[in-house]
Amino acid sequence: MSDRVFVAMSGGVDSSVAAAMLAERGEDVVGVWMRLTPDDGSRDAPRCCGTDQAGEDARRAASRIGIPFYALDYAEVFARDVVDPFVAAYAMGETPNPCVACNSKVKFEALLRDVVAKFGGSRIATGHYARVTRDDAGRAHLLRARDPNKDQSYALYMLGQRELARIELPIGELADKSETRAIAQRFELSTADKAESMDICFIGGDYREFVRERVPEAFVSGPVERGDGIPVGTHGGIGTLTVGQRAGVGIATGERLYVLRLETDRNAAIVGRRDEGATMIALRDVTFTGDSAPSGPFSSSVALRYRGAPQPCTVVVSGRDATIELSEPALVAGGQAAVFYDGDEVLGGGTVTRALAS
Amino acid sequence: MRAYFDHAATTPLDPEVADAMSRVLRDVYGNPSSIYSEGQTARALVDQAREDVARALGAAPNEIVFTSGGTEADNLALRGTLRARAAEGDGLVTTAIEHHAVLDTAHDLAHEGRARVTVVGVDKHGRVEPEAIERALDRRTVLVSVMHGNNEIGTLQPLARIGAIDREHGITFHSDAVQTVGALPLDVSRVPVDLVSVNAHKFYGPKGVGALYVRTGTRIATLQTGGGQEKGRRTGTENVAGIVGLGVALRIAAAKRAEESARQARLRDRLIEGVRGRIPGAVLTGHPSERLPNNASFCFPGTQGEALVVALDLAGFAVSSGSACTSGSTEPSHVLLALGLGREVAQGSLRLTLGRGTTEAEIDALLAALPPIVARLRAVSAVPV
Repeated sequence: MSDRVFVAMSGGVDSSVAAAMLAERGEDVVGVWMRLTPDDGSRDAPRCCGTDQAGEDARRAASRIGIPFYALDYAEVFARDVVDPFVAAYAMGETPNPCVACNSKVKFEALLRDVVAKFGGSRIATGHYARVTRDDAGRAHLLRARDPNKDQSYALYMLGQRELARIELPIGELADKSETRAIAQRFELSTADKAESMDICFIGGDYREFVRERVPEAFVSGPVERGDGIPVGTHGGIGTLTVGQRAGVGIATGERLYVLRLETDRNAAIVGRRDEGATMIALRDVTFTGDSAPSGPFSSSVALRYRGAPQPCTVVVSGRDATIELSEPALVAGGQAAVFYDGDEVLGGGTVTRALAS
Repeated sequence: MRAYFDHAATTPLDPEVADAMSRVLRDVYGNPSSIYSEGQTARALVDQAREDVARALGAAPNEIVFTSGGTEADNLALRGTLRARAAEGDGLVTTAIEHHAVLDTAHDLAHEGRARVTVVGVDKHGRVEPEAIERALDRRTVLVSVMHGNNEIGTLQPLARIGAIDREHGITFHSDAVQTVGALPLDVSRVPVDLVSVNAHKFYGPKGVGALYVRTGTRIATLQTGGGQEKGRRTGTENVAGIVGLGVALRIAAAKRAEESARQARLRDRLIEGVRGRIPGAVLTGHPSERLPNNASFCFPGTQGEALVVALDLAGFAVSSGSACTSGSTEPSHVLLALGLGREVAQGSLRLTLGRGTTEAEIDALLAALPPIVARLRAVSAVPV
């Protein structure tokens, strides 16, 4: 088995810099670009890291860095494990996080497996802003990036010891953007400020249109009610709504109202004041970076959205499920990731199933 | 160590060809159409190359039209014939295993309403039955196009018998011989073929230059208009250095052909036997004997061609999962599907093509490297995901 490290290159500057850093360190680096959407030439998905233009960008970056490069096809697994669940989640009134699904199922499962088992590599690297460290006992720890403004550790919470042992996240060590720039300049990598990929990579335009084509039933209008059942308006379909968003109703009462929850069986949206949010939240598919849950209930802090500030909580784990209790009510959408932190370290996390009580 | 096993995709430039071309690039700048002596120097070089190519094919020099490569030669053959014979008919008969340069051109002509295209199937070895071609002909058929040697599986076609049928019916017969010219004798004075596509970089010549043999009396229209070079059949200032490279390369190939093809065929057989003996379930694709001397192509069920290529590259071997033009897509090749192979089998395709530089030591190194890679890929694929 070689000590090759395969870098997942998206075509963007972050993963290109990650590849450059590893090459500079003298590692045996191979660049791979993952095709995530079928190559039918007709789709208009300008920001997608799984389109051909991005593949060309990645190829050029690899050539500048001077490493071998391959484009590999993961369109099938991406459709099955990211896109289909994404659409299904909206139909269930959830707000999915496809980046978490992609990291979990595609990058750190399918790609990692292929790199190790098919291509004989030892590790994979990505352009995520986070850090992996090892302690004296040989255990791996997942930490926030050195640059807190860029931190992406939230989207990596599902990694366990098996994965962390085989992952390099070089750019998580960079202190700030100027360091990234300097490396990019050294390798003449294009740093042209691309639109920050905050949008969903496999959808060119409005995600609602994408979902509507696939699950029209999530776009049937229904009632908007207060928690006590009093109707206050109508909505254009639960596929258009996210828990926590400002509700476009209640102007008459002068209150600021938010979507508290979506009741898919009645196609109803329940709205209320921010302080009517939930303090008890149920999670599913809970994992820990150390592989096992702390014994008994434990205190932690939890981030309930990407770049969300962690808030104090108590966690009770039961198998793959968990319940978290917050000190302050929060508006949390089903399908989002809840990630436990101890300071800078990611302890684990799970998928929000629903708010249990206010 | 690197070992190159993809000579069907392209071959390295012969050093003698490189020398001849660099002399032209450095010293000969005249336009072959010019009257003065600089032009005459260039013209003489193009004429010499035309003679070299003609001699290698058993043709007359005025039957050779230089093009930008095999794809252009195929386009000129198909589009030029359909246009020139439009008054007589619009029937085009071809096969399911042609190169995309022929198949996509045929489909394009059909789409434009300029041809009715009949695609004839092949047997499990990729052979076209001459009788199947004959059955596909009708009164409006003006062109039959059947490749000589297949670029993916190496199967050779019975050109003489197909050509005899076409000639009997007054139908133009084109053959894409891009994979065979240089490797196998093709003598147009014996084989009744009217149009033959040739590509220099498949026989150690430069990329970007090829030729179409056009038998005297064959009606063909030009595709581009301009200064009237190549007797108006392919207008545009000649790529003098490339044409010189083509001529020298084909002269060398013809001289080495008998010995080199026999040597490569021995190595190919050693490779095929070695793979079959070492890898359970290996399927040899293409004809067991009627195949290109340098082609060993397989399917390994339970693997993916893309992964085979990457894993072998990392181990030092340049190989292909099929034709160079379609690699990068994971769709099984149209050639393998035409043999009747299932998608599951066709997905695990590997094409190994030998060349002048291939040694027995390289064959043995490949035979040592390949079985564990196939086993590894099969082990991963067997795991349910």
